[in-house]
Amino acid sequence: MTFRIGPRTSQIIAYILLLVMTSITVIVLFFIIVYIFNHGIGQLSLEFLTDRTREMGKEGGIFPSIIGTLLVTMFAIAVATPLGVGSAVYLVEYTRGGLIRRIISFGADCLAGVPSIIFGLFGFIFFVIKLNLGWSIISGGLTLAVMILPTVIRTAEEAIKAVPHTYREISYSLGGGKLDTIVKVVLPTSLPGILTGIILGIGRAVGETAAVIFTAGSALGIPTSLFSSTRTLAVHFYILAREGISMPKAYGTATVLIIIILAVNFIAYRLMHRFIARYY
Amino acid sequence: MIKVAIQNLNLFYDTVQALKNISLDIQNNEIFGVIGPANSGKSSLLRAINRLYEIDYARMTGRILLDGEDIFNLPVNDLRRRVGLIFATPVVLPGSVYKNISYGPKLHNTFKKNELDERVSTALHAANLWDEVKDRLWDSASTLSGGQQQRLCIARTLAMDPEVIMMDEPCSGLDPVSTTKIEATMLELKKQYTFILVTNNTKQAARIADRTAFFLSGELIEVDISKTIFTSPRDQRTDDYIRGRFG
Repeated sequence: MTFRIGPRTSQIIAYILLLVMTSITVIVLFFIIVYIFNHGIGQLSLEFLTDRTREMGKEGGIFPSIIGTLLVTMFAIAVATPLGVGSAVYLVEYTRGGLIRRIISFGADCLAGVPSIIFGLFGFIFFVIKLNLGWSIISGGLTLAVMILPTVIRTAEEAIKAVPHTYREISYSLGGGKLDTIVKVVLPTSLPGILTGIILGIGRAVGETAAVIFTAGSALGIPTSLFSSTRTLAVHFYILAREGISMPKAYGTATVLIIIILAVNFIAYRLMHRFIARYY
Repeated sequence: MIKVAIQNLNLFYDTVQALKNISLDIQNNEIFGVIGPANSGKSSLLRAINRLYEIDYARMTGRILLDGEDIFNLPVNDLRRRVGLIFATPVVLPGSVYKNISYGPKLHNTFKKNELDERVSTALHAANLWDEVKDRLWDSASTLSGGQQQRLCIARTLAMDPEVIMMDEPCSGLDPVSTTKIEATMLELKKQYTFILVTNNTKQAARIADRTAFFLSGELIEVDISKTIFTSPRDQRTDDYIRGRFG
C-alpha cells in the first residue's frame, strides 16, 4: 500500500510551513530589537545623547559618536551617490548592453560580496597611509563609499532599466536630446528605485564597524574638521562591549544606532511615497 | 506642394530589411494614409522620416526631403519638432497634464509663464481636450481615460508647433467614440498641418485619408487617391488586403 497525501492536505501543509518560516523570521527580528531596546532604553536620556564621552565610555554620553556617524555616513553618501548613479546611467544609456556593461556589472556584484574588513584594510592602506589622509572622517567616508558603491550602482541600474523604453521614444520624438531625456524623463521616473539603493547604502554605512575602525579611527573627541579622527556609534559599541568597559552604555549605544537606522528608513520611504504620489 | 519627399528609401534593422526602395511624395495639408499588414514597414517609414530609427541602431539609405531640404542637413531636434510622431499606445510621461504638454516646447525654447500657459491651452483646444481637462491641468496625466490620453498625446505634439504630424495607429486601442473624436480633430487640423496616418483599420483610411499607400513586406505596392485605392485598386494584392483575404 502506498501512502499518498491528497492535494488538499498538501496545500495545508505548504501553507503552514510557509507561515512558520515567515513567523520565525519576524520573531527573530523583533526579538533582537526588543532585546536591545529592553537593555538600552533605560540608558537613554538627554544627557546620554548630548554629553561628551568620559572615561573611555564608562561615563558620559555618546554625542561625539553621533556626530561622527552622521559625518562619515553623509560623506560616504555624498561621494557614492553621484559616482554610482553616474555609472548606472552610463551603463544603461550609453553602452549597448555589450561586453563592457556585463564586465562592470559582474565586477560590481563581486565587489558587493567582499567582506567589509577587506574594504577596511584597503582603506587603511590606500586612503590612510598612501594618500596620507590619516585616520579621519574623509578616509572613513571614502572607504564606506567604495563599499556601498556596488549596491548603489546595481539598484540604480535596475531602476533605470525599468523605465519604459516608450518614455525615451516619446522624449526623443518631441525633439529631446539624450541628456534632456535622461535628466527630465529617465532620472525622475527611476528616482524611487535609485533612492532605495541609497537608503540601503546608508543602512550599511551607518552600521558598519570593520571598515571604519581602520580608517576613521576611534578618537573620542568631537570632530573639528573632516580630517579629524572619529568614532562611529557602531565602533563605539564594539569597543565598549569587547573591552568590557560598560555593557549598559553599549546597549544604550546600540539602541541609538537602531533608532537612527529606523528613522533614516522611515524618512526616506516617506519622501519616496510623497514623490511617487506627486508624479504618478 | 510637396511637403515630404521620400526617394529610394531603404531601412535595415541589423540584417532585416524593413523598407525596400520606397519613393513617395506627401503633399502639404493632406491626410496621407498608410495601410498594410503587420511587419509591412509602416511604422518603420514613420521612424525613418523623423530619424527615430537611429535610437534603435537601424541603418538607412536613400533620401528624405522636408520642404525640399535633406533631413540629414537639419539638426535632429529641430526635425523632430517639425515632424511630430504619435504612437499607437498613448504614453503619458509621469507628471501632470500641464507638464506633459509643456515638455516639448520647453525643450526648444524658454517661455515666460503666461506664454507657456497660452501654448498649453491652445494645444488642448486644438486637440479637443480642453473642456474635459481644464480643471485637471495639474492632476497626474495617467488619471485620464485612454481616449483622453491619446488626445493628450496629440496636444503634446501640437504644442511643439509642428508642420507634419505622423500617427502610428492612433486609434488601435480606443473605443468608437474616442476614435470619432480623434478623426474629427484630424479633419479640422488638416488645414494647418500635414498628416501621415498609419492605420490597421482600412475603413479609417477610407474615411479620412485623401490618399492612401499600401505597403506589403517593406515594399510600396501602390499609392493613389483613397477612393481609387478602396474601390478599384490596380494591384491584386491591394484588393485582397482591402477585402480581408489576408493580413
